[in-house]
Amino acid sequence: MPEQAHTIERAAYLRRRKRQKRWVLLAQLGLLIGFFALWEIAAQQGWIDDFIMSSPSRIWKTLKNLYASGELFRHLGASCLETVIGFTLGTLAGTVIAILLWWSPMLSRILDPYLVVLNSLPKTALGPVFIVWMGAGPASIIAMTLAISLIVTILEVHNGFLAVDRGKLNLMKTLGASRAQTLLKLVLPANLPTFVNALKVNVGLSWVGVIMGEFLVSREGLGYLIVYGSQVFKMDLVMATVLLLLLCAAAMYQGVLFLEKALKKHLGVSA
Amino acid sequence: MLVEINGVSKTYQSPDSEIHALRDIAFGVAEGEFVSIVGPSGCGKSTLLSIIAGLDAPSGGEIRVDGEALRGVSRKIGYMPQKDQLFPWRSIWDNVTLGLELQRQRDGAHLQRVKELLERYGLGQFAQRAPGQLSGGMRQRCALIRTLATDPRILLLDEPFSALDYQTRLSVSDDIHNIIRREGKTALLVTHDISESVSMSDRVVVLSARPGRVKAIHDLSELRGLTPMQRRDHALFHTYFNAIWKELELSA
Repeated sequence: MPEQAHTIERAAYLRRRKRQKRWVLLAQLGLLIGFFALWEIAAQQGWIDDFIMSSPSRIWKTLKNLYASGELFRHLGASCLETVIGFTLGTLAGTVIAILLWWSPMLSRILDPYLVVLNSLPKTALGPVFIVWMGAGPASIIAMTLAISLIVTILEVHNGFLAVDRGKLNLMKTLGASRAQTLLKLVLPANLPTFVNALKVNVGLSWVGVIMGEFLVSREGLGYLIVYGSQVFKMDLVMATVLLLLLCAAAMYQGVLFLEKALKKHLGVSA
Repeated sequence: MLVEINGVSKTYQSPDSEIHALRDIAFGVAEGEFVSIVGPSGCGKSTLLSIIAGLDAPSGGEIRVDGEALRGVSRKIGYMPQKDQLFPWRSIWDNVTLGLELQRQRDGAHLQRVKELLERYGLGQFAQRAPGQLSGGMRQRCALIRTLATDPRILLLDEPFSALDYQTRLSVSDDIHNIIRREGKTALLVTHDISESVSMSDRVVVLSARPGRVKAIHDLSELRGLTPMQRRDHALFHTYFNAIWKELELSA
């Protein structure tokens, strides 16, 4: 009998959980639909000026036109490519520099104040410098994303390296491991969660860098569309682009989450 | 003597002060002998072990293994850390063969030996499992096999049971003791647990509070040949226990 009672209680618990989950999802969807519906109604009823505020139907029309003219994927592709290059380079270069700092604690001590100061510098201030150095093109935009993500990555990954358990390091030493072996067989695998975390942060930072960069220099990309749209007062274009940006950033973040899951499953590591 | 510790001292320097951890430690460990080092916490017993392991350099004195002065990490010495320190991203098999991998000795004969060790000590069927799937006691056995895999002459055990709960601790120390005896290894165990030292070793070295010096050495040869469990029931167990207890109390 107690077995039975437990099952009933558990079934009730599971039912309650499921119901709650459904409610949350429903509320989330409702919020989304409600927001756009209210926006549309407000525009059509003349509560807001849809020339300045735009409206979902105008955004939709703008997106269709962009798609029809072939412009949509050109701009989308340019920004996405720059972002992917940006966060891949940022994560890789940051990791390589973190490895150097781990390898030489002396170097790390010497560079520490520089890293701290550079970290607190608002990187967007460097935008004009990059344009002068690298011209008004993709190179400057990617440099911008690197400037934003590199230092944070170095600091975070290096911290992860330093947090490796002393006991495990000693074990490696007593087993006769060289420094390179310690790096490859202990420090790097132990820091897989750190890399995934850095990647997650860098996806967001790279988008900031790309949009900043495109504001300043480019002739294509989502940042360009936003600036162009606001200059010629095409708010529909601006809003449509912001929406696209939202979707792209979310998709990339989901991609990294997926990668994280796959890695965890493959390696049996819990972050 | 297989291991000779000749007047080893250790002083730690820091910008603010100087800490004398060990002073003039001298004793030896014979081939096949099981020696424990006990002492109050902070007496430098773990420091002594990491000096013998080559993780730390002595400030004075020297350590000889097989008559040869020790310099840094030696393949003759196997070190078993406080926690099992198995790598969660490696299977049990990849964990126990880590030493061979690092020393580039992953060949047929060596791997076969590790395989036999796993089989002999009941871990054969767990070779492909992840460490997280094993109990604390089994993990500790894996850690010992990882140390034995590279076939060191001396095993250094740094409070290897301190992370286990009392129940597991008793059975695991019995286990580890039997494996070490069966493999005919020389062992040096550091512990703060007096009953652990009396139940496992041939001799017990008692260190004083910081700076650690050798306060006494107890010969437990009358208990030789008994398992830790049997020793705990032996009439002499409490005699030794009390003697060591008093010495530690005086130094505290």
